[in-house]
Amino acid sequence: MSLPEFSQLFITDGWLLALLQGAVITLQISAGAFLLGLGIGLVVALIKLKGSRWMVGLANCYTTLYRAVPELLLILLLYYAGTDLLNALLAEAGQSSVQVNGFIAAVLVLGIVQGAYSAEIIRGAILAIPFGQIEAARSFGVERLLLLRRIILPSMLPYAMGGLSNLWLVLIKDSALISVVGYSELLSVGKQAAGSTKHYLVFYLAVAACYFLMTLLSNLVFQLIERHSNRWMPKH
Amino acid sequence: MDFSWITEFASELVRGVGITLALLLLSGLFGFILAIMVALGRVSSNCLLAGSMRAYSSLFRGTPLLVQIYILYYGVGSLFASYPLIRGSALWPYLREGFWYVCLALILSVGAYVGEVLRGGLRAVPRGELEAGRAYGMGRWLLLRRVWLPRTLQILKPTLAGESIMLLKSTALASTVAVTDLLGAANLVRAQSLRVYEPLLAVALIYISLAFLIEYGFSRFAKQPQRLA
Repeated sequence: MSLPEFSQLFITDGWLLALLQGAVITLQISAGAFLLGLGIGLVVALIKLKGSRWMVGLANCYTTLYRAVPELLLILLLYYAGTDLLNALLAEAGQSSVQVNGFIAAVLVLGIVQGAYSAEIIRGAILAIPFGQIEAARSFGVERLLLLRRIILPSMLPYAMGGLSNLWLVLIKDSALISVVGYSELLSVGKQAAGSTKHYLVFYLAVAACYFLMTLLSNLVFQLIERHSNRWMPKH
Repeated sequence: MDFSWITEFASELVRGVGITLALLLLSGLFGFILAIMVALGRVSSNCLLAGSMRAYSSLFRGTPLLVQIYILYYGVGSLFASYPLIRGSALWPYLREGFWYVCLALILSVGAYVGEVLRGGLRAVPRGELEAGRAYGMGRWLLLRRVWLPRTLQILKPTLAGESIMLLKSTALASTVAVTDLLGAANLVRAQSLRVYEPLLAVALIYISLAFLIEYGFSRFAKQPQRLA
C-alpha cells in the first residue's frame, strides 16, 4: 500500500480519529473495570481472611470458578443473563424493560471477572505484611477501619503492585473481548473499518499497534508507581 | 432452566470438546517447543538473538490474542485469497479453515508467554548444578537435555499448570472465527434450540471440569523425581 493511499484511508476518511476514540473508550472501560475489580477483590480477600466459614467457602467458589472458565464465555453469559435478569426484575416490579447501557455492562462484566484475580493478589499481599506491624497498630488501640485504611492497605501495596500491574495489562487485552457483544471499543471500531474498506490486514495491524502502545505506556506508568510505593521497602 | 435439549445436541457438544482438546494439545505441544527456543534465545549471550526474542515476546504479550487471531484469519487470510495461485492450490481447503489460523495464533502466543516463564526458570537453576554437569564432561546439548531443562520444568511445575489452564481458556476464542470448538458448539446450540444461557452454562461446566483435569494431571504425572527415591 502506498503512502498517499495510506493517508487517504487514515486521515481523509477519518479512520485514525475513530480508532483513537475507540482506544479512549477501551481505556475508560478498562479503568472502570479495574476499579470495580479492586473493590470486589478487596472485599473478597477480606472475607477469605476473616469471614465466617460459609462465606469463605462462597468466596473460594467465586475465585475458583471465575478463574477456570474462559473470559469470553463469562462475558457472553453475564452479558445476556445479566440483561435478562435485570429485565425480569423490572417486569416483576411492574416496570417496562430497559436496554442496558453497553458501557456499564462492559465495565460490570470485566470487573466481576477481574475481581476473582485481584482477590487472590490482594489476599497474598495482606498475608505478606509482617504481622508485628498489625499487632503494633492494635496495641495502640487503632480501630478496625482505621487499621485497614492506614496500616493494611498502604503496607500491602508494595507486595501487590507487581500482580496488579500485570492484571491491568491483562484487562486491557481482555477488554477486546467486549467487541464480541458489540460495544464500540477499539477492536469493534477496527472491525468496522476493516469491513467497510476491505483492508483487513492494515486495520487489524493498526488496532494491534494501538493496544501495544497502550500496554507499553502502562508499563512505564506502573514502573513509576512501583518506585513510589516501594520507596520505604528495605533494599537488598 | 431447561436442559432437555442436551440429548438432542450431545453429539455437537462432544465434537466441540474434541476440537477444543485438539487445539489445546496441538498448540500446547508446538507452542512449548517454540517457548523453549525463545527462552534459550533470551538467555543467550548473542545480543541480536536475545534482542529479537525479546521484541517477539513483548509484541505478542502486549496485544490481545483476539486481535492476533483477527490479523491472521481476516488479514493474512484475505491476502491469501487475493492470490489465484494460492487459491487454486491443494492447500487452499486448509488455508480457508479458521482452525489452523487459531492454532498458529495460539502457538505464537504460548511461545511468547511460556517462553518468558521458562526464561525465569532457566535462570533459577543453581549454577553449581550446571557446573557439576560440565565437570562430568557433559556437552552443551546433553547438559541441556539431562540437567538444565528437567530442573527448570521441575521448578516451574505450578506455573506451567496455570499456563495450561490459561491456554484452555484461550482456545475459546476460536469460536469468534467460526470454529465450532466447545464454545462454538454452545453458540450453535443456542441458535438452534433458542435457549439463551443453558448451553453456555453447560459448556462452562465442561470447561471447569477440563481445568480440574489439567490441574489433576499435573499433580499426578509430574511428580518430583527426588521425592520418590
